[in-house]
Amino acid sequence: MKNLFLGNEAVARGLYESGCRLVSSYPGTPSTEITEYAAKYDDIYAEWAPNEKVAMETAIGASFAGARAFCAMKHVGLNVAADPLFTASYIGVNGGLIIAVADDPAMHSSQNEQDSRNYAKAAKIPMLEPSNSQECKDFIKLGYEISETFDTPVLLRLTTRVAHSRSIVNTNERVEPPIKPYKKNPAKNVMLPAFARQKHLVVEKRTLDLASYAQNSGINTVEFNDKDLGIITSSSCYNYAKEVFGNKASYLKLAMVYPLSEQQIKDFAASVKTVLVIEELDDIIESFCKNIGVNVLGKDIFPLFYEFDQKIIADKLLNSDLFPEDLKAKIAKPNSYTDCFENLPIRPPAMCCGCPHRGLFYALKKEGVYVSGDIGCYTLAASAPLQMMDTCVCMGASVSALHGYNKVLKDKSESKSVAVIGDSTFIHSGITGLINIAYNKTNSVVIILDNSITGMTGHQQNPTTGVTLKGDMTTSVDLEALCRAVGINNISVVDPYDIDASLKVIHQELINDGPSVIISRRPCALLKSVKRLAPLIVKEDDCIGCKSCLRIGCPAISFKNKKAVIDKDQCVGCETCVSLCPKNAISKQEGF
Amino acid sequence: MNDTKSILIVGVGGQGTLLLSKLLGNVLINEGFDVKVSEVHGMSQRGGSVVTYVRYSDKVYSPLIREGEADFVLAFEQLEAARFITYLKQGGKLIYNRAKIEPMPVITGVCDYPDDIEEKINANVDSIALDASALAKQAGSVKAVNVVLLGVFAKYTNIPKEKFIEEIKRSVPPKFVDLNCKAFNLGYEEA
Repeated sequence: MKNLFLGNEAVARGLYESGCRLVSSYPGTPSTEITEYAAKYDDIYAEWAPNEKVAMETAIGASFAGARAFCAMKHVGLNVAADPLFTASYIGVNGGLIIAVADDPAMHSSQNEQDSRNYAKAAKIPMLEPSNSQECKDFIKLGYEISETFDTPVLLRLTTRVAHSRSIVNTNERVEPPIKPYKKNPAKNVMLPAFARQKHLVVEKRTLDLASYAQNSGINTVEFNDKDLGIITSSSCYNYAKEVFGNKASYLKLAMVYPLSEQQIKDFAASVKTVLVIEELDDIIESFCKNIGVNVLGKDIFPLFYEFDQKIIADKLLNSDLFPEDLKAKIAKPNSYTDCFENLPIRPPAMCCGCPHRGLFYALKKEGVYVSGDIGCYTLAASAPLQMMDTCVCMGASVSALHGYNKVLKDKSESKSVAVIGDSTFIHSGITGLINIAYNKTNSVVIILDNSITGMTGHQQNPTTGVTLKGDMTTSVDLEALCRAVGINNISVVDPYDIDASLKVIHQELINDGPSVIISRRPCALLKSVKRLAPLIVKEDDCIGCKSCLRIGCPAISFKNKKAVIDKDQCVGCETCVSLCPKNAISKQEGF
Repeated sequence: MNDTKSILIVGVGGQGTLLLSKLLGNVLINEGFDVKVSEVHGMSQRGGSVVTYVRYSDKVYSPLIREGEADFVLAFEQLEAARFITYLKQGGKLIYNRAKIEPMPVITGVCDYPDDIEEKINANVDSIALDASALAKQAGSVKAVNVVLLGVFAKYTNIPKEKFIEEIKRSVPPKFVDLNCKAFNLGYEEA
């Protein structure tokens, strides 16, 4: 049957068909949907773990137990899980193990751009890279075969464009291999130095075996057309290259991007006149080619940053002095177009109408504090008009970095700074920072923005919500008790819709002795369980046009004919704006 | 850059562009085409400009549409129509909702919402403007703007109207089928 599957959905289908039994992940764009789709299959146990390290270790445990296992994460998540990754490489597997990592070239939804192919090389783990949804499914099957044949975890690298594109996938039935018996084998599974020294030799040998597999198995495909130009590429870049050159070039399309086969690349290069490497982000393939003495064109023409597409590739080649003139004639010319607008206003993402974070950040703005920020929807508070975030590094850094900041500036900063972190991010890696604050004693104020869900990635359950990924009721972390248990005595809860009350508590905790935690508690306005209230209106006669209400940055409030106006299609009636109006001109509509 | 047909769908995060691209993709698959759809998830969905790409042909390689490549641009909002007009190929058609949603820089007074968008579009490209939000409300919900636009687009394809209706019935939750069929028909008649 033909299905129009998202790349991530196809990965999940591959897991189902390959008999995968356990999936453990932490959400992160663009990887999230893999685990959500996997959870829809009754035959797969799937869960959200507190962070990527726990997820990967859980999958490793399932592999020890003899089942095919899987975990998925975004590129920065692999940094969190890097510790188990490197040693899992030495240990290998019992049941097949695949780790999917989704890179985000162009940073559509990320704080940096990383090329996870570097991890494959560094951890010496084979990496497969699909170019469309069918390959997403097929490479999961292939990945388990490689994993179990070569006794290795396998990395599946996606990029945003593969993960979040839909293309046609043919589906098959599930074939579930039996659980492999567990055999106690410390030399394989206990990585003490004495055992690890032996295992490293095994890993080096395995890499050579995998390189020869890459050459001989036919998974990397060679497509000979016109031999004046040969293109070595993989993933999305293969699709873009085909758009630009069609059959006017020959291709070596790499399914396995680590390890690479020296002989295969040399053979391909020898049969074409000019070799071009097209790869997004780092020069992994190019530098391999150069190291083995194959002369290629690559990053001298193409950038080391952002996402590519057919136009970027065509433009860069046409404008390069290095690319031979006779080959430029093969490039499909970009079309002409009409441009009649200049300097259009940009539309940056913004907090949603009714977002509980808005009121809290407005209160922080009134207090005028330094805000140590974190990763989540609330990072949008950095933009105008709130502009209430001073720093944002990575998951959990708000809490630990505030401690360092306050250690240096002491009482000069302790009463004028806070950390803000979401509920899910706090569980992910904020709690360890809070332990550090209590243990090493700074009078830091940490605000947990508890909106009862993992918001930015599209509403995933987490250990504070009381519901599992499969929809079962479960225990939920008691944030107040948890914070108390690590040694925080000042704990308060505020409703961020009530700006004045929130401000009062924030002010008090800033001057209190000892570290404090403030829990700003109000469910995400987009949750289905949150009732949308009747829209508010601005009483035109009472509005004096002072624009106070615009300072909160609500998409529903605009300014027309010198008066504030509320868009009734967007307003959810949260009333956060009401207290901002000096004339009490904002109210519920009569009749509601 | 080849015979692939390209449809760019643009709007504001939360307006329902994803459902439109999915519906359209499924209709095209059922017509026997190779189809690729590229979506936007995550941060940029939060009220920012969103763009999804639908491409179909016997064989589609890139899921992306670049400037000068789109046969159609379907815009959920005026400013977004203006922003993506360069993606239309010469001879391509813009179908856009007249609705205006002010972006944050306009709300905060950093810049103005341009008042000459319709005028410039009329002068420069082949276009159809409609009050899709009003039609969607007439059908029962402003959220049905996506299906209104699908209705308009359907008129310009060789694919029978019934194929679109069938797909709506397959993809939309049962209690919203009537609303969406009504929205589709209002768009189809408006075209």
